[in-house]
Amino acid sequence: MSLQTEEKAPNMETNKGLNLKATELRLGLPGSESPERNSSEEKDGKNGYSHLVTSGAKRVFSDTINGVSGKWVFSGNGGSDGEVPQNGGLFSPRGGAKILGGGGGEKSVVKENVIPATEKKKNQAAGVPHAAKAQVVGWPPIRSFRKNSMAINPPKNDSDAEEKLGSGCLYVKVSMDGAPYLRKVDLKTYSSYLDLSSGLEKMFSCFTIGQCGSHGATARDGLSESRLVDLLHGSEYVLTYEDKDGDWMLVGDVPWNMFTETCKRMRIMKSCDATGLAPRAMEKCRNRN
Amino acid sequence: MDPVRKRTKDSFKSCDSTHLAPFPDEVLEKVLSLVKSHKDRSSVSLVCKDWYNADRWSRGKIFIGNCYSVSPEIVARRFPNIRSVTLKGKPRFSDFNLVPQNWGADIHSWLVVFARVYPFLEELRLKRMVVSDESLEFLANSFPGFKVLSLLSCDGFSTDGLKAIATHCKNLTELDIQENGIDDLGGGWLSCFPETFVSLEVLNFASLNSDVTFDALERLVNRCKTLRVLKVNKHISLDQLQKLLLRAPQLMEVGTGSFQQELVPRQFSELETAFKSCKNLHTISGLWEASSVYLPVIYPACVNLTYLNLSYATLQSDELSKLLPNCSNLRRLWVLDTVEDKGLEAVGSSCPLLEELRVFPADPFDQDMVHGVTESGFVAVSNGCRKLHYVLYFCRQMTNAAVATIVKNCPDFTHFRLCIMNPGQPDYLTSEPMDEAFGAVVKTCTKLQRLAVSGLLTDRTFEYIGKYAKNLETLSVAFAGSSDWGMQSVMEGCPRLRKLEIRDCPFGNAALLSGLDKYESMRSLWMSACNVTMNGCRLLAKNMPRLNVEVIKDDESDDNEADKVYVYRTVVGPRRDAPPFVLTL
Repeated sequence: MSLQTEEKAPNMETNKGLNLKATELRLGLPGSESPERNSSEEKDGKNGYSHLVTSGAKRVFSDTINGVSGKWVFSGNGGSDGEVPQNGGLFSPRGGAKILGGGGGEKSVVKENVIPATEKKKNQAAGVPHAAKAQVVGWPPIRSFRKNSMAINPPKNDSDAEEKLGSGCLYVKVSMDGAPYLRKVDLKTYSSYLDLSSGLEKMFSCFTIGQCGSHGATARDGLSESRLVDLLHGSEYVLTYEDKDGDWMLVGDVPWNMFTETCKRMRIMKSCDATGLAPRAMEKCRNRN
Repeated sequence: MDPVRKRTKDSFKSCDSTHLAPFPDEVLEKVLSLVKSHKDRSSVSLVCKDWYNADRWSRGKIFIGNCYSVSPEIVARRFPNIRSVTLKGKPRFSDFNLVPQNWGADIHSWLVVFARVYPFLEELRLKRMVVSDESLEFLANSFPGFKVLSLLSCDGFSTDGLKAIATHCKNLTELDIQENGIDDLGGGWLSCFPETFVSLEVLNFASLNSDVTFDALERLVNRCKTLRVLKVNKHISLDQLQKLLLRAPQLMEVGTGSFQQELVPRQFSELETAFKSCKNLHTISGLWEASSVYLPVIYPACVNLTYLNLSYATLQSDELSKLLPNCSNLRRLWVLDTVEDKGLEAVGSSCPLLEELRVFPADPFDQDMVHGVTESGFVAVSNGCRKLHYVLYFCRQMTNAAVATIVKNCPDFTHFRLCIMNPGQPDYLTSEPMDEAFGAVVKTCTKLQRLAVSGLLTDRTFEYIGKYAKNLETLSVAFAGSSDWGMQSVMEGCPRLRKLEIRDCPFGNAALLSGLDKYESMRSLWMSACNVTMNGCRLLAKNMPRLNVEVIKDDESDDNEADKVYVYRTVVGPRRDAPPFVLTL
């Protein structure tokens, strides 16, 4: 059940090239403040990641003590609060390869997966954000099972909307401008745009009501869903989605079935930000048909 | 077929007027058999030879915390009448991928001995062991009276192994499969329980990923009238759950399937009725993807709940705030940090009897979108729940002052596991290390048994621990400390320490060797990515022959670095099944 490290490393890099957007997280380690500064790190002979990887905590820890402020950011490959993934990182939400090889497996794997300096620079030049994952194994200490189950964010190397376990689900992320976190919906549980719309309203009503300036939890009962409807369908918010081509479209333009097949994720945007969407959507529709 | 008891008739003859007549063996054994805790049993066996023997013959249950500390042959020789075995294998950090595959802890050699010596074995509870399908099949065919199989965090088997269990264990009462590295080849295993099989009391397959045949499950639940724990997996829908609950209103613990189905009002009220009809329900878990829309179906059952596991439901604060006032009897609560501080305030105000709280991070690796919980949520809980004694808390910020307040409110902590997710992060208000926080914990919580520390910590923290944590048994340390002195303080100070696991800390040979006299009284020590060298380990091994000092070498490190060190006491010497990357010194 153990996989070769070589197998995974190229995948990781390719996928990074394909899928990253400027808005994605930028990851860094202590000693590597931001991608641009990595070059100076490398000159010192300390690649931002390999020094962590090869010698464990020794140098990294001294970095921390010396007050180097960098954030430790971790890949989804680390530990788990449940099953030990024998297939390594295949189940990791981030799709990164944390493969358990033989003895000392993790460290050598990690090193393989580190994008070498020249490639990092290339990626940066191409506008792709710094992609190498911070490979601190097993931190935070959460078992695999929990990590895999709770994947709120779909794996980064997915190009389609995430297919969850079982064939009957089509989960997509839904974000709302101003809300502190995302939700996930199963498009298969809705049969029409109306259905979807009311489902989303229920899900996000607490946020909008909060924004209306009302008070916390109880507001939801009393306050009108109609108020939220106004917000969603009126002037405040529009519902948009990102399709397979990576374009952002207004929801509702294409037949429902086509929508569920092409929708990668959704975003409830403030109307003012959504200008210019409609014409593209129409154009796309024409091109498709 | 009980082995012949050794009679001590001689002891009667040898007593004189100055000694009390000793108990006959049978009486002594009967009395001792009422002593259940394995620790007490161990103490009993040390009193005198008679008591050692009485314990030997009457011991039915054995607990082995480290499978390599003893051999199955030795166990078999000492205890002839074992019916129940609990075995733990890999070091705990293997849960977090720090132990390479093929490290060991295979159950099979134990099963072979047990099959020969304990044909009446009934219970096997394994944690972090490697279990193959062959082993499961062997088990199923070797012990006709087998009743309880519990596998937690194990790996190496597939659902085929479960098929063997279901097919052959005619007297099975408990099948508990939790969070294992399992090859899920399909849900057909459940259909292998024969139609004549009715004895099941506990069924937990919540962490299996594939679909079972619902029909088979429904029939199974229907005919097992003594079923008291049922935890299904995500594939069971809400209306399927309703059918199951109707068949088993006697259930005490329910793990639901997915809570994200769309229900029409009739279905909703049917489900609500089903929950209401389970009068003995005290535990609910599962609740995958539960949203507030359908959560109210459990409200009628909430008043009797003592344990609610919401750690797979991404609830927001107001959803939790609506749910919790129904749960005034809650003792244990597991949640995700999506409930945020506001949700935790609701915990504090609604659940005054709460004893255990676990807050898991919904998205531990995503720094931007999720806010999670902070110190104020924890403080809020401590304000309202004065009986709190077990906490596991994942957060992104903490202060020394908050922790001091928390332990002042709840001085009875026995388990304090705080994980500030950014390693080496200081008090975010004062920028100081978090030393005083853990100092407050150990000074105030005199009953503390288990501690996990995090954040920016100097040796000071460990000085405090060594000085005050007199009841501490388990300590987990990561990315902390400044020098050998930190670990030394702990090794010299904590008399009850049994398990110490350390990663990524600047502790070296001096620290390792400071525990020379202590390791034999501990179950194990784990040190990885510290400053220990091979020479230090060799010195330890040389001086302490009854310890196994094992080093797992990484290919990349230089020859003298001891990347991962695992030290444990043992009566059977070096492992004979160690893989090539494990060096026993």
